[in-house]
This record gives sequence, structure tokens and C-alpha cells, in this order.
Amino acid sequence: MSTPKFTAGQRVRVRAAFPLGHVRTPYYTRGCVGTIESLAGVDRNPEQLAYGIHDGPSVPLYRVRFHQTTLWRSYDGNPNDSVVVDVFEHWLEADLA
Amino acid sequence: MHDHPHTHPKQPDLEDSPFTQHQVMAQALEELLIEKGVISADEMRKGLEIVDAQSPADGARLVARCWADPSFESRVLEDTNAAAREIDLNVGGIVIEAIKNTPHVHNVIVCTLCSCYPSGLLGEKPDWYKSRAYRSRVVREPRAVLAEFGTFLPSEVEVRVHDSTAERRYIVIPMRPEGTEHMSESELAACVTRDCMIGVAMPHVLSTE
Repeated sequence: MSTPKFTAGQRVRVRAAFPLGHVRTPYYTRGCVGTIESLAGVDRNPEQLAYGIHDGPSVPLYRVRFHQTTLWRSYDGNPNDSVVVDVFEHWLEADLA
Repeated sequence: MHDHPHTHPKQPDLEDSPFTQHQVMAQALEELLIEKGVISADEMRKGLEIVDAQSPADGARLVARCWADPSFESRVLEDTNAAAREIDLNVGGIVIEAIKNTPHVHNVIVCTLCSCYPSGLLGEKPDWYKSRAYRSRVVREPRAVLAEFGTFLPSEVEVRVHDSTAERRYIVIPMRPEGTEHMSESELAACVTRDCMIGVAMPHVLSTE
């Protein structure tokens, strides 16, 4: 079981990757920068479970918060409005900007 | 009294409505499980009965207890499934996480990928929750969607949408309405509806007049 890489409050970017197969990371978050809200837990990877692979490694799962103004070009609401998404660690990289 | 012949529009029997491929397969699987003795017909029936008995009243009871007892609310926020067991609610094996509304943040839940829902506390999900319209629009324009439900939030309040993309389900603990200070827990529970715990509505104080 891997040690979680990210901590609450840390800025992270969702990888702008578009692999085939069963993926839970929504398209609307790919390439976007958000903030780690919390570590939701360490779960088995649904990308493997979907294909009957039950003995793969568990992966840290984070609740990542994105500003709506980051996700959508013309968001019409409070600039603090946000979306929180459960994202697996292998989809995230630290945003050093 | 009059007695005139009139015809009622004929409603099709269930058997005359179209069955989808998946309904046929589900039925076949059920019959095979029973035929092969994997489960009994009574066990099947009991399982469905338990699922059908789940309802928003369960979630409402949890919210009412949170309002009445802040230390219980802390435990609900820490581990919702475990805290629910304290009040005899067995919400099942899937992790449900409760999220609290505040004067500054209003939470709404969705599952854009399919329609995951905290059934263990709310029972059957509404059709609109499963619709592509809800799933795609509430992350993109939550305030417009909430307005269509008759819910308007001040612009200063942050609207926070939770997309349950992994195995966890979410449920909203709405804010306790004003004017409920003297209410019993069951009176409080009556203020809490399914739509409040999804986040598309806010609890109302029911008039006692």
C-alpha cells in the first residue's frame, strides 16, 4: 500500500491524459488545477477492477476542489463556486506554479 | 344517480409494456438463482423488501439528530456509516460521507458518470437525478439548475457541487431552519426532505397552524 503523496491544501493538476478503458476521472477536470480538500481513503483502482483485476495495488483517493471559473470558460455565478471530485493519485501531479 | 356507459382509456398491463433486454436478463438471472438453489425465493423477496423499505425518512432522522446533538453531528461528519448505527440505521457496506451546509457554503451532490446515490439513507433515487440533464448541468450551471427546483441562493454563498466519481456516496446535512428551537427530534425530521439532502432544496418549517 502506497503512502499518500499529497496533503490537504496542496495545489494539484489533473493529468491531461485520455487513455482508453474504464476511467473515473471526469473529462471536465483533465488538465485543471485544483486543491486537495482531503484524503478520502485508499481504494482499489476501478480502472483495474472493471477488467476483473482484483489483486492490483490500492491507490490513495483524494477529494480535489476546483473553482468553477477554472473548469468552465464562461462560468456565471459566485467566483468562489466550486466542484469537489474524487480523484485517484495516479491522475494527479503537484502544481508548482 | 345516472348510469351512462363510458369507456375508460385502456392502460396496458405490465406484460404488454415493452421489456428491455436488461429487464429480461435480470428476470432470467433471478429465476436461475432460485432454480439452482443459490438463494431461495423467500430470501430474494426479503432482500428486495429491505431495499424497498429504505427511504428519505432514514436520512431525515439522521439530520434531525445532528441538529439536536452537535456531538452526534461531529461523529456523523467523521464516519457517517458508524454514527448511523448509533440510531439503528444500517446503511450498508458502501461508505456514505455527510457534508454539512454552512451560511457560507451550500452543497449539492451528483454523480456525473452514472448516478451513484446515498441509497442507504435516502432510498430509491429520483429519475431526474439519473438524467443526463441533471448530471451534465449541475456541475456546469448549478445555480440555474437549483433555480429550476425553486431554490435560489444568494450570490455571496458558495455553491459547492460534489461529484461522487469513486466508491463513496455523499449526503448533505442542511442547515437547521430558524424557528425550530423548541421542536422535538421527530418534528425536526419532518422538516427534512430528500431534496434537501441532495442539495436542490432547503428545509422548510412546516406550519402548525
